[in-house]
Amino acid sequence: MSNWERFTDSFFNARVMAEYLPKIIDGFWLTVVLALCIVATGLAAGLLLAVLRAMGVRVVNWVIVFAVDLFRALPPLVVIALLFFGLPSAGLELSGFASTWLALSLVLMAFAEEIFWAGITAVPRGQWEAARSTGLGFLQTLRYVVLPQALRLTIPPLTNRTIAITKGTALASVVAVQDILGAAHAGVSFSFNPSPLTLGAAAYLVLFLPVVVLGRWIETRFAWKP
Amino acid sequence: MDRAGAAPIVAARGLHKHFGALHVLKGVDLVVAERELVFVIGPSGSGKSTLLRCLNRLEEPSAGSVVVDGIDLLDPRTDINKARQRIGMVFQSFNLYPHMTARGNVALALRKVQRLGRAEAEARARAALDRVHLADRAEHYPAQLSGGQQQRVAIARAIALEPRVMLFDEPTSALDPELVGGVLQVMRELREDGMTMVVVSHEMGFARAAADRVVFMADGLVLEEGAPAEIFGAPRQDRTRAFISQIARH
Repeated sequence: MSNWERFTDSFFNARVMAEYLPKIIDGFWLTVVLALCIVATGLAAGLLLAVLRAMGVRVVNWVIVFAVDLFRALPPLVVIALLFFGLPSAGLELSGFASTWLALSLVLMAFAEEIFWAGITAVPRGQWEAARSTGLGFLQTLRYVVLPQALRLTIPPLTNRTIAITKGTALASVVAVQDILGAAHAGVSFSFNPSPLTLGAAAYLVLFLPVVVLGRWIETRFAWKP
Repeated sequence: MDRAGAAPIVAARGLHKHFGALHVLKGVDLVVAERELVFVIGPSGSGKSTLLRCLNRLEEPSAGSVVVDGIDLLDPRTDINKARQRIGMVFQSFNLYPHMTARGNVALALRKVQRLGRAEAEARARAALDRVHLADRAEHYPAQLSGGQQQRVAIARAIALEPRVMLFDEPTSALDPELVGGVLQVMRELREDGMTMVVVSHEMGFARAAADRVVFMADGLVLEEGAPAEIFGAPRQDRTRAFISQIARH
Protein backbone atom coordinates (compact mmCIF):
# COMPACT_ATOMS: atom_id res chain seq x y z
CA MET A 1 0.00 0.00 0.00
CA SER A 2 1.31 3.42 -0.91
CA ASN A 3 1.45 6.15 1.77
CA TRP A 4 -1.53 7.85 0.21
CA GLU A 5 -3.61 4.68 0.29
CA ARG A 6 -2.64 4.08 3.91
CA PHE A 7 -3.69 7.62 4.71
CA THR A 8 -7.08 7.37 3.02
CA ASP A 9 -7.64 3.96 4.49
CA SER A 10 -7.10 5.38 7.93
CA PHE A 11 -8.83 8.74 7.79
CA PHE A 12 -11.27 8.35 4.94
CA ASN A 13 -12.35 4.76 5.33
CA ALA A 14 -15.75 4.62 3.62
CA ARG A 15 -16.92 1.48 5.35
CA VAL A 16 -16.15 2.74 8.85
CA MET A 17 -17.60 6.16 8.11
CA ALA A 18 -20.84 4.58 6.83
CA GLU A 19 -21.04 2.46 9.96
CA TYR A 20 -20.69 5.37 12.38
CA LEU A 21 -22.45 8.11 10.40
CA PRO A 22 -25.81 7.63 12.19
CA LYS A 23 -24.15 8.09 15.58
CA ILE A 24 -22.38 11.21 14.36
CA ILE A 25 -25.67 12.61 13.08
CA ASP A 26 -27.30 11.96 16.47
CA GLY A 27 -24.34 13.68 18.06
CA PHE A 28 -24.78 16.60 15.67
CA TRP A 29 -28.34 17.23 16.82
CA LEU A 30 -27.40 16.87 20.44
CA THR A 31 -24.61 19.40 19.96
CA VAL A 32 -27.08 21.78 18.33
CA VAL A 33 -29.51 21.50 21.24
CA LEU A 34 -26.73 21.86 23.80
CA ALA A 35 -25.32 24.91 22.03
CA LEU A 36 -28.74 26.60 21.79
CA CYS A 37 -29.39 26.02 25.50
CA ILE A 38 -26.01 27.46 26.41
CA VAL A 39 -26.46 30.54 24.24
CA ALA A 40 -29.95 31.23 25.59
CA THR A 41 -29.13 30.94 29.28
CA GLY A 42 -25.60 32.32 29.06
CA LEU A 43 -26.56 35.54 27.27
CA ALA A 44 -29.69 36.07 29.36
CA ALA A 45 -27.76 35.64 32.61
CA GLY A 46 -24.95 37.87 31.36
CA LEU A 47 -27.39 40.65 30.45
CA LEU A 48 -29.15 40.33 33.80
CA LEU A 49 -25.86 40.68 35.67
CA ALA A 50 -24.85 43.69 33.61
CA VAL A 51 -28.18 45.40 34.33
CA LEU A 52 -27.81 44.62 38.05
CA ARG A 53 -24.33 46.04 37.96
CA ALA A 54 -25.64 49.23 36.35
CA MET A 55 -27.75 49.83 39.46
CA GLY A 56 -24.58 50.61 41.34
CA VAL A 57 -25.14 48.78 44.63
CA ARG A 58 -21.59 48.27 45.82
CA VAL A 59 -21.96 44.91 47.56
CA VAL A 60 -23.89 43.44 44.64
CA ASN A 61 -21.20 44.65 42.28
CA TRP A 62 -18.45 42.96 44.30
CA VAL A 63 -20.31 39.67 44.08
CA ILE A 64 -20.90 40.06 40.36
CA VAL A 65 -17.29 40.96 39.61
CA PHE A 66 -16.06 38.06 41.75
CA ALA A 67 -18.28 35.55 39.97
CA VAL A 68 -17.44 36.93 36.55
CA ASP A 69 -13.69 36.89 37.18
CA LEU A 70 -13.96 33.36 38.55
CA PHE A 71 -15.67 31.96 35.48
CA ARG A 72 -13.51 33.85 33.05
CA ALA A 73 -10.38 32.53 34.72
CA LEU A 74 -11.33 28.88 35.11
CA PRO A 75 -10.82 26.65 32.07
CA PRO A 76 -14.28 25.52 30.92
CA LEU A 77 -13.29 21.86 31.18
CA VAL A 78 -12.42 22.36 34.84
CA VAL A 79 -15.86 23.82 35.50
CA ILE A 80 -17.52 20.92 33.71
CA ALA A 81 -15.45 18.42 35.66
CA LEU A 82 -16.15 20.13 38.98
CA LEU A 83 -19.88 20.06 38.36
CA PHE A 84 -20.03 16.52 37.01
CA PHE A 85 -17.59 14.82 39.39
CA GLY A 86 -17.81 17.12 42.39
CA LEU A 87 -21.50 17.89 42.86
CA PRO A 88 -22.56 14.29 43.61
CA SER A 89 -20.63 14.58 46.89
CA ALA A 90 -22.90 17.49 47.76
CA GLY A 91 -25.89 15.33 47.00
CA LEU A 92 -26.64 16.77 43.56
CA GLU A 93 -26.16 14.56 40.52
CA LEU A 94 -26.10 16.33 37.19
CA SER A 95 -25.99 14.42 33.92
CA GLY A 96 -23.11 15.04 31.56
CA PHE A 97 -25.41 17.13 29.37
CA ALA A 98 -26.62 19.23 32.31
CA SER A 99 -23.09 19.68 33.66
CA THR A 100 -21.84 20.89 30.31
CA TRP A 101 -24.84 23.12 29.77
CA LEU A 102 -24.52 24.70 33.22
CA ALA A 103 -20.75 25.05 33.07
CA LEU A 104 -20.61 26.63 29.64
CA SER A 105 -23.58 28.86 30.46
CA LEU A 106 -21.68 30.17 33.47
CA VAL A 107 -18.61 30.79 31.34
CA LEU A 108 -20.62 32.54 28.61
CA MET A 109 -22.50 34.48 31.29
CA ALA A 110 -19.20 35.81 32.65
CA PHE A 111 -17.82 36.91 29.30
CA ALA A 112 -21.18 38.24 28.14
CA GLU A 113 -21.60 40.31 31.31
CA GLU A 114 -18.29 42.03 30.65
CA ILE A 115 -19.22 42.68 27.03
CA PHE A 116 -22.66 44.06 27.93
CA TRP A 117 -21.11 46.13 30.69
CA ALA A 118 -18.57 47.60 28.27
CA GLY A 119 -21.44 48.48 25.95
CA ILE A 120 -23.49 50.08 28.72
CA THR A 121 -20.59 52.18 29.99
CA ALA A 122 -19.75 53.23 26.44
CA VAL A 123 -23.10 54.98 26.12
CA PRO A 124 -22.35 58.64 26.96
CA ARG A 125 -23.45 59.87 30.35
CA GLY A 126 -25.37 62.65 28.65
CA GLN A 127 -27.87 60.07 27.41
CA TRP A 128 -28.67 59.06 31.00
CA GLU A 129 -28.88 62.71 32.05
CA ALA A 130 -31.19 63.69 29.24
CA ALA A 131 -33.50 60.74 29.79
CA ARG A 132 -33.62 61.11 33.58
CA SER A 133 -34.24 64.85 33.27
CA THR A 134 -37.44 64.13 31.33
CA GLY A 135 -38.69 62.03 34.22
CA LEU A 136 -37.77 58.57 32.91
CA GLY A 137 -36.89 56.17 35.71
CA PHE A 138 -33.66 54.18 35.95
CA LEU A 139 -35.01 51.00 34.37
CA GLN A 140 -36.96 52.94 31.75
CA THR A 141 -33.83 54.81 30.76
CA LEU A 142 -31.94 51.55 30.55
CA ARG A 143 -34.63 49.90 28.48
CA TYR A 144 -35.51 52.64 26.00
CA VAL A 145 -32.38 54.76 25.75
CA VAL A 146 -29.22 53.03 26.98
CA LEU A 147 -29.59 49.32 26.17
CA PRO A 148 -30.66 49.88 22.55
CA GLN A 149 -27.44 51.81 22.05
CA ALA A 150 -25.32 49.51 24.21
CA LEU A 151 -26.48 46.32 22.54
CA ARG A 152 -25.58 47.48 19.07
CA LEU A 153 -22.06 48.19 20.27
CA THR A 154 -21.78 44.72 21.78
CA ILE A 155 -22.75 42.63 18.79
CA PRO A 156 -19.32 41.97 17.24
CA PRO A 157 -17.55 40.87 20.45
CA LEU A 158 -20.65 38.99 21.53
CA THR A 159 -20.98 36.90 18.37
CA ASN A 160 -17.27 36.13 18.51
CA ARG A 161 -17.37 35.01 22.13
CA THR A 162 -20.56 33.00 21.68
CA ILE A 163 -19.11 31.04 18.78
CA ALA A 164 -15.94 30.34 20.75
CA ILE A 165 -17.81 29.07 23.77
CA THR A 166 -20.30 26.92 21.91
CA LYS A 167 -17.43 25.13 20.23
CA GLY A 168 -16.60 24.17 23.79
CA THR A 169 -19.52 21.78 23.65
CA ALA A 170 -16.90 19.33 22.39
CA LEU A 171 -15.75 19.17 26.01
CA ALA A 172 -18.99 17.38 26.83
CA SER A 173 -17.39 14.27 25.36
CA VAL A 174 -15.19 14.15 28.45
CA VAL A 175 -18.21 13.59 30.67
CA ALA A 176 -19.71 10.83 28.56
CA VAL A 177 -22.07 12.93 26.47
CA GLN A 178 -22.65 11.58 22.98
CA ASP A 179 -22.16 14.88 21.22
CA ILE A 180 -20.25 14.96 17.93
CA LEU A 181 -16.87 14.45 19.51
CA GLY A 182 -18.22 11.88 21.99
CA ALA A 183 -19.73 9.83 19.20
CA ALA A 184 -16.64 10.20 17.03
CA HIS A 185 -14.35 9.20 19.87
CA ALA A 186 -16.46 6.12 20.64
CA GLY A 187 -16.37 5.18 16.96
CA VAL A 188 -12.60 5.48 16.88
CA SER A 189 -12.26 3.29 19.95
CA PHE A 190 -14.52 0.57 18.63
CA SER A 191 -13.24 0.47 15.07
CA PHE A 192 -9.57 1.14 15.75
CA ASN A 193 -9.79 3.57 12.85
CA PRO A 194 -9.70 7.39 12.96
CA SER A 195 -12.27 7.85 10.19
CA PRO A 196 -15.11 8.63 12.61
CA LEU A 197 -13.01 11.56 13.77
CA THR A 198 -12.87 12.84 10.19
CA LEU A 199 -16.64 12.59 10.08
CA GLY A 200 -16.82 14.42 13.37
CA ALA A 201 -14.66 17.23 12.04
CA ALA A 202 -16.90 17.47 9.00
CA ALA A 203 -19.95 17.58 11.28
CA TYR A 204 -18.42 20.49 13.24
CA LEU A 205 -17.81 22.35 9.98
CA VAL A 206 -21.38 21.73 8.87
CA LEU A 207 -22.59 23.09 12.20
CA PHE A 208 -20.29 26.03 12.80
CA LEU A 209 -19.52 27.42 9.37
CA PRO A 210 -23.15 28.53 8.97
CA VAL A 211 -23.03 29.85 12.54
CA VAL A 212 -19.97 31.94 11.75
CA VAL A 213 -21.60 33.24 8.58
CA LEU A 214 -24.78 34.00 10.54
CA GLY A 215 -22.71 35.85 13.11
CA ARG A 216 -21.13 37.98 10.42
CA TRP A 217 -24.55 38.73 8.94
CA ILE A 218 -25.88 39.78 12.36
CA GLU A 219 -22.88 42.03 12.81
CA THR A 220 -23.33 43.86 9.54
CA ARG A 221 -27.08 44.11 9.93
CA PHE A 222 -27.35 45.26 13.54
CA ALA A 223 -24.01 46.51 14.70
CA TRP A 224 -23.90 50.26 14.82
CA LYS A 225 -20.94 52.50 14.64
CA PRO A 226 -21.61 55.76 16.46
CA MET B 1 -42.63 91.61 40.80
CA ASP B 2 -46.13 91.91 39.39
CA ARG B 3 -47.15 88.73 41.23
CA ALA B 4 -46.57 89.93 44.74
CA GLY B 5 -46.82 87.12 47.25
CA ALA B 6 -46.73 84.36 44.64
CA ALA B 7 -44.31 81.60 45.59
CA PRO B 8 -41.17 81.48 43.49
CA ILE B 9 -40.93 78.68 40.97
CA VAL B 10 -37.36 77.95 41.99
CA ALA B 11 -36.03 78.48 45.49
CA ALA B 12 -32.53 77.15 46.08
CA ARG B 13 -30.98 78.16 49.39
CA GLY B 14 -27.60 77.61 50.95
CA LEU B 15 -26.41 75.21 48.29
CA HIS B 16 -23.06 73.58 48.86
CA LYS B 17 -21.51 70.98 46.62
CA HIS B 18 -18.30 69.08 47.11
CA PHE B 19 -16.74 66.88 44.48
CA GLY B 20 -14.32 65.00 46.71
CA ALA B 21 -11.99 67.64 48.08
CA LEU B 22 -13.16 70.27 45.60
CA HIS B 23 -15.68 72.71 47.08
CA VAL B 24 -17.56 73.85 44.00
CA LEU B 25 -20.62 75.55 45.50
CA LYS B 26 -19.97 77.46 48.70
CA GLY B 27 -23.41 78.53 49.81
CA VAL B 28 -25.45 79.71 46.84
CA ASP B 29 -28.98 81.09 46.89
CA LEU B 30 -31.09 81.37 43.78
CA VAL B 31 -34.72 82.41 43.71
CA VAL B 32 -36.61 82.57 40.44
CA ALA B 33 -40.12 83.96 40.18
CA GLU B 34 -42.66 82.81 37.64
CA ARG B 35 -42.04 84.02 34.09
CA GLU B 36 -38.60 85.31 35.02
CA LEU B 37 -35.62 84.73 32.75
CA VAL B 38 -32.54 84.53 34.93
CA PHE B 39 -29.14 84.50 33.26
CA VAL B 40 -26.21 82.99 35.17
CA ILE B 41 -22.79 84.13 34.02
CA GLY B 42 -19.29 83.72 35.34
CA PRO B 43 -15.83 82.37 34.59
CA SER B 44 -15.40 78.67 34.01
CA GLY B 45 -15.10 76.77 37.24
CA SER B 46 -17.38 79.22 39.02
CA GLY B 47 -19.98 76.53 39.63
CA LYS B 48 -22.71 77.81 37.32
CA SER B 49 -23.37 74.48 35.62
CA THR B 50 -23.23 72.67 38.94
CA LEU B 51 -25.79 75.10 40.33
CA LEU B 52 -28.08 74.53 37.37
CA ARG B 53 -27.77 70.76 37.65
CA CYS B 54 -28.68 70.93 41.33
CA LEU B 55 -31.98 72.46 40.32
CA ASN B 56 -33.23 69.17 38.95
CA ARG B 57 -31.04 67.05 41.19
CA LEU B 58 -28.79 65.80 38.43
CA GLU B 59 -26.19 66.77 41.00
CA GLU B 60 -26.95 66.01 44.65
CA PRO B 61 -26.16 69.08 46.74
CA SER B 62 -23.93 68.37 49.72
CA ALA B 63 -25.98 70.85 51.75
CA GLY B 64 -28.83 73.26 51.28
CA SER B 65 -32.35 73.03 49.94
CA VAL B 66 -33.92 73.06 46.51
CA VAL B 67 -37.64 73.65 46.15
CA VAL B 68 -39.05 73.74 42.63
CA ASP B 69 -42.72 74.44 42.01
CA GLY B 70 -43.43 73.71 45.65
CA ILE B 71 -41.67 70.32 45.61
CA ASP B 72 -38.70 69.74 47.92
CA LEU B 73 -36.33 67.96 45.56
CA LEU B 74 -33.99 66.80 48.30
CA ASP B 75 -36.66 65.14 50.42
CA PRO B 76 -36.13 61.37 50.15
CA ARG B 77 -39.89 60.88 49.99
CA THR B 78 -40.16 62.99 46.87
CA ASP B 79 -40.72 61.09 43.65
CA ILE B 80 -37.89 62.68 41.70
CA ASN B 81 -39.09 61.31 38.36
CA LYS B 82 -42.44 63.00 38.85
CA ALA B 83 -40.78 66.24 39.92
CA ARG B 84 -38.50 66.25 36.90
CA GLN B 85 -41.50 66.31 34.56
CA ARG B 86 -42.03 69.87 35.71
CA ILE B 87 -38.42 70.84 35.04
CA GLY B 88 -37.15 70.87 31.49
CA MET B 89 -33.43 70.74 30.81
CA VAL B 90 -31.44 71.51 27.69
CA PHE B 91 -27.80 70.47 27.52
CA GLN B 92 -24.75 71.91 25.82
CA SER B 93 -24.23 68.70 23.84
CA PHE B 94 -27.94 68.25 23.03
CA ASN B 95 -27.95 64.58 24.15
CA LEU B 96 -30.58 63.50 21.65
CA TYR B 97 -31.20 59.74 21.47
CA PRO B 98 -29.41 58.77 18.26
CA HIS B 99 -31.46 55.64 17.66
CA MET B 100 -34.77 57.54 17.47
CA THR B 101 -36.17 60.10 15.07
CA ALA B 102 -36.82 63.67 16.19
CA ARG B 103 -40.42 62.74 16.81
CA GLY B 104 -39.36 59.62 18.70
CA ASN B 105 -37.06 61.68 20.90
CA VAL B 106 -39.84 64.09 21.80
CA ALA B 107 -42.52 61.41 22.22
CA LEU B 108 -40.56 58.98 24.43
CA ALA B 109 -41.24 60.67 27.74
CA LEU B 110 -44.80 61.45 26.70
CA ARG B 111 -45.46 57.74 26.13
CA LYS B 112 -43.46 56.22 28.97
CA VAL B 113 -43.58 58.84 31.69
CA GLN B 114 -46.88 60.59 31.11
CA ARG B 115 -48.31 57.38 29.70
CA LEU B 116 -50.08 59.01 26.80
CA GLY B 117 -51.51 56.87 24.05
CA ARG B 118 -49.62 56.72 20.79
CA ALA B 119 -51.89 59.10 18.89
CA GLU B 120 -51.93 61.71 21.60
CA ALA B 121 -48.19 61.47 22.17
CA GLU B 122 -47.51 61.89 18.45
CA ALA B 123 -49.84 64.89 18.30
CA ARG B 124 -48.12 66.53 21.27
CA ALA B 125 -44.71 65.73 19.81
CA ARG B 126 -45.59 67.33 16.51
CA ALA B 127 -46.94 70.38 18.30
CA ALA B 128 -43.70 70.73 20.25
CA LEU B 129 -41.60 70.32 17.10
CA ASP B 130 -43.82 72.90 15.45
CA ARG B 131 -43.06 75.36 18.23
CA VAL B 132 -39.36 75.05 17.45
CA HIS B 133 -40.06 75.27 13.70
CA LEU B 134 -38.98 71.72 12.94
CA ALA B 135 -42.27 70.00 12.14
CA ASP B 136 -40.94 69.09 8.69
CA ARG B 137 -37.95 67.29 10.22
CA ALA B 138 -39.94 65.05 12.53
CA GLU B 139 -38.88 61.82 10.82
CA HIS B 140 -35.19 62.72 10.63
CA TYR B 141 -32.61 61.08 12.85
CA PRO B 142 -30.32 63.31 14.93
CA ALA B 143 -27.38 62.46 12.68
CA GLN B 144 -29.28 63.97 9.77
CA LEU B 145 -29.83 67.28 11.54
CA SER B 146 -27.54 70.26 11.97
CA GLY B 147 -26.35 71.19 15.45
CA GLY B 148 -28.84 74.02 15.71
CA GLN B 149 -31.68 71.75 14.63
CA GLN B 150 -30.62 69.08 17.11
CA GLN B 151 -30.64 71.61 19.91
CA ARG B 152 -34.09 72.79 18.89
CA VAL B 153 -35.32 69.18 18.93
CA ALA B 154 -33.81 68.93 22.40
CA ILE B 155 -35.78 72.01 23.40
CA ALA B 156 -38.94 70.49 21.92
CA ARG B 157 -38.26 67.30 23.87
CA ALA B 158 -38.16 69.31 27.08
CA ILE B 159 -41.15 71.58 26.44
CA ALA B 160 -43.39 68.73 25.29
CA LEU B 161 -43.84 67.76 28.92
CA GLU B 162 -45.11 71.28 29.65
CA PRO B 163 -42.68 72.03 32.43
CA ARG B 164 -42.98 74.92 34.84
CA VAL B 165 -39.36 75.94 34.42
CA MET B 166 -36.73 75.37 31.76
CA LEU B 167 -33.04 75.04 32.57
CA PHE B 168 -30.51 75.76 29.82
CA ASP B 169 -26.90 74.65 30.33
CA GLU B 170 -24.84 76.57 27.77
CA PRO B 171 -27.32 75.77 25.02
CA THR B 172 -25.40 77.45 22.21
CA SER B 173 -21.81 76.90 23.28
CA ALA B 174 -21.35 73.85 21.07
CA LEU B 175 -22.93 75.41 17.99
CA ASP B 176 -21.36 76.96 14.95
CA PRO B 177 -21.92 80.73 15.09
CA GLU B 178 -24.43 80.83 12.23
CA LEU B 179 -26.67 78.28 13.97
CA VAL B 180 -26.80 80.10 17.30
CA GLY B 181 -29.42 82.58 16.13
CA GLY B 182 -32.02 79.92 15.43
CA VAL B 183 -31.77 78.51 18.93
CA LEU B 184 -31.82 81.93 20.58
CA GLN B 185 -34.90 82.79 18.57
CA VAL B 186 -36.70 79.74 19.95
CA MET B 187 -35.62 80.70 23.46
CA ARG B 188 -36.92 84.21 22.90
CA GLU B 189 -40.27 82.83 21.79
CA LEU B 190 -40.45 80.58 24.83
CA ARG B 191 -39.88 83.60 26.99
CA GLU B 192 -42.62 85.52 25.24
CA ASP B 193 -44.96 82.60 25.88
CA GLY B 194 -44.30 83.13 29.57
CA MET B 195 -41.89 80.28 30.37
CA THR B 196 -39.76 80.59 33.49
CA MET B 197 -36.16 80.10 32.41
CA VAL B 198 -32.75 79.78 34.03
CA VAL B 199 -29.97 80.08 31.49
CA VAL B 200 -26.26 79.48 31.93
CA SER B 201 -24.67 80.99 28.87
CA HIS B 202 -22.09 83.34 27.42
CA GLU B 203 -24.55 84.93 25.01
CA MET B 204 -24.38 88.44 26.45
CA GLY B 205 -26.36 90.01 23.63
CA PHE B 206 -29.24 87.72 24.40
CA ALA B 207 -28.92 88.43 28.11
CA ARG B 208 -28.99 92.15 27.54
CA ALA B 209 -32.08 91.88 25.36
CA ALA B 210 -34.13 89.20 27.10
CA ALA B 211 -33.01 88.57 30.68
CA ASP B 212 -34.93 89.92 33.67
CA ARG B 213 -32.03 89.35 36.00
CA VAL B 214 -28.36 88.48 35.59
CA VAL B 215 -26.51 86.55 38.29
CA PHE B 216 -22.72 86.72 38.31
CA MET B 217 -20.95 83.77 39.94
CA ALA B 218 -17.30 83.26 40.72
CA ASP B 219 -15.49 80.67 42.86
CA GLY B 220 -18.68 78.95 43.91
CA LEU B 221 -20.49 82.06 45.17
CA VAL B 222 -22.94 84.58 43.80
CA LEU B 223 -20.95 87.81 43.73
CA GLU B 224 -23.53 90.10 42.24
CA GLU B 225 -26.96 90.05 40.70
CA GLY B 226 -29.25 92.60 39.19
CA ALA B 227 -30.90 93.80 36.01
CA PRO B 228 -28.86 93.35 32.82
CA ALA B 229 -28.31 97.09 32.48
CA GLU B 230 -26.76 97.20 35.95
CA ILE B 231 -24.56 94.15 35.63
CA PHE B 232 -23.32 94.89 32.15
CA GLY B 233 -23.36 98.69 32.36
CA ALA B 234 -22.40 99.49 35.94
CA PRO B 235 -21.21 96.47 37.88
CA ARG B 236 -20.47 97.13 41.53
CA GLN B 237 -17.81 94.49 42.14
CA ASP B 238 -14.32 94.63 40.66
CA ARG B 239 -14.44 90.97 39.78
CA THR B 240 -17.66 91.44 37.87
CA ARG B 241 -16.23 94.41 36.06
CA ALA B 242 -13.15 92.43 35.06
CA PHE B 243 -15.24 89.56 33.76
CA ILE B 244 -17.63 91.79 31.80
CA SER B 245 -14.77 93.69 30.17
CA GLN B 246 -13.07 90.42 29.23
CA ILE B 247 -16.07 89.01 27.43
CA ALA B 248 -17.04 92.37 25.96
CA ARG B 249 -13.74 92.37 24.15
CA HIS B 250 -15.04 89.69 21.87
